[in-house]
Amino acid sequence: MNSTREYILNSISRNMPATKTEYPVIPDFPKNSKDILEEFKENLLLGAGAYYDVKDKEEALKLIKELYPEAKIICSASPDIKGNKDLRKINDPHDLADVDVGIIRAQFGVAETGMVWLTENELILNALGFLSQHLIILLKKDQLVKDMYEAYKKVDIASSHYGCFMLGPSATADIGAVMVRGAQGARTLTVFFM
Amino acid sequence: MRERVIDVEKNAARFINQDDVHERMHDKNLWAARMKRDKIAETIPEWEELRNLASQIKEHVLTHLDYYLEMFEENAVKNGAIVHWARDAAEHNQIVLSILEDKRITEVIKSKSMLQEECGMTAFLERKGIIVTESDLGERIQQLDGQLPSHIVMPAIQKTTQDVAALFARTIGTDPNDTDPHSLTEAMRNNARPRFLRAGAGMTGANFAIAETGSFVVCTNEGNADIGASVPPLHIASIGIEKILPKTEDLSVFIRLLSRSALGTPATQYTSHFTGPRKGGELHIILTDNGRSKRLALNDFWRSLKCIRCGACMNTCPVYRRSGGLSYQAVYSGPIGIILDPTFDAHKYSELPFHSTLCGSCTEVCPVKIDISNQIYKWREIMAKRKLLPLNRRVLFKMAGGIFARPSLFRTAEVAAAKILPVIPDFIIYNKALNPWGRHRRMPVFSKDTFRDWYLKNRKEKNNE
Repeated sequence: MNSTREYILNSISRNMPATKTEYPVIPDFPKNSKDILEEFKENLLLGAGAYYDVKDKEEALKLIKELYPEAKIICSASPDIKGNKDLRKINDPHDLADVDVGIIRAQFGVAETGMVWLTENELILNALGFLSQHLIILLKKDQLVKDMYEAYKKVDIASSHYGCFMLGPSATADIGAVMVRGAQGARTLTVFFM
Repeated sequence: MRERVIDVEKNAARFINQDDVHERMHDKNLWAARMKRDKIAETIPEWEELRNLASQIKEHVLTHLDYYLEMFEENAVKNGAIVHWARDAAEHNQIVLSILEDKRITEVIKSKSMLQEECGMTAFLERKGIIVTESDLGERIQQLDGQLPSHIVMPAIQKTTQDVAALFARTIGTDPNDTDPHSLTEAMRNNARPRFLRAGAGMTGANFAIAETGSFVVCTNEGNADIGASVPPLHIASIGIEKILPKTEDLSVFIRLLSRSALGTPATQYTSHFTGPRKGGELHIILTDNGRSKRLALNDFWRSLKCIRCGACMNTCPVYRRSGGLSYQAVYSGPIGIILDPTFDAHKYSELPFHSTLCGSCTEVCPVKIDISNQIYKWREIMAKRKLLPLNRRVLFKMAGGIFARPSLFRTAEVAAAKILPVIPDFIIYNKALNPWGRHRRMPVFSKDTFRDWYLKNRKEKNNE
């Protein structure tokens, strides 16, 4: 294994172009004048996500019942809303295969794309974000950044073993180029502003 | 042993002639992706500057690659990943197999990885008795039909919904009359779910790897890579050595370009950053060369290593759109395939560089500004020099070269062609043995004046003004 490593690194240093290219400075590009919250909502809808303004925990629980009347198993990674399956007692992600609704608080959202930033710290078990049939993302309205430049300045990807910019539900257009939501991961994604 | 030369023209003809549906649908869907790309690119004032930045960052990495690779390795190891190095496809596949055998894993779920395609990994593992399931819907469709991906980001785009319906009816037991993409996707979701849960390992590729943190990024719309990485206890990621970026911040440039260039959407649904093994899991990274370090030495071609596999060049290519990706009989098809495939086997893929009009559209849309059309031209030169051209083309090119080299002769030939071509019987121009390019094309109506006549008349007048 070590000899392969040396072989590859030697081959690279032998073959690299002699003329070196400098690392460029990424300039501060001017931002558009759109309202940051409106822009986030617009792009979230474009990615087939949905959103609600939610006053408090009671309203959130009521809304979950309305949105997912069939849901039997609700699992929350956030202390703000309790489900009926205790994530903290689960060690094996396979045990999340029956989750109907997963609830996760996002660190922040990105207006430019409508994405939310979730890490292993928020997800507790990463699989909650992907085995759940439906996702509810809790997000504070003042936790928004304008664009991907700001987003990548803000995140510390090395602070957790997993981090995801998530935009709406799982999607595919692999059959006849027709857009279908709910390919492998979550069928719907709904942001609760609270 | 020399492999047979891929006859891309014959394959394309078969795709076009099969019926009146496939070519038209293919062309329409890919052109729609190209138009969506243009529309969304226009909303970003600094789009062209981003392309320059992306190109420059990539060239910086590629001219300091040993340094950044070691930095990536060091940080990934610190984060708890196990890093392997693979010189070629065989070594890559062997590493995967030994990891699996070591843990007695007999079933894996994989997401899309062009590198694993390059290595022929799935076929290799299957021969060793391991069940491999592609989880990207398009890749799964291709797997079930025993075909290579036809497009980098839309692997089954050459198939109609009816084709998929028939395939699923045959392979996973859907109702043959069900031709609704929604219920077909649902059927595959339900078929794949138990496979995700059974799999002993999840396999992914990587779109980018970050040297300063030892992380790598995987972009999908289905979230299939994330299921594969978060459910089974073992995650194996195959990463081409050219995927490195120096810093996290660089991602802001590349993520802004990637999905917009590929599908005309602001981002993929999931942009996932893996920095270490998941809680209770194990992460293996296989840094794979497979010809890349040698490509660095090719003056005319090393910039092809900047490719971020978005597929924009395929969507825009008039030849690819009408030929279908399978015609190239290669892991990479379309314009990017034409310049990558010959680096793996110049003989087998010697015909590919001629499957292009050199219109340059690929170069114009490439988010990392690879001079694709120039490289196609350069490959033609190489094929000609190595005498890898078929005889008819060599003779014709020699004639054309002689004529183009002598202005007076060219002028005579030009006037003669204008007079003769309109009266040449079609059976000669469209003769499939002499000129396969004529088969699906019509000759334009020839102008009575040559360009030179027009130029002398009009420009002379202008200059005299």
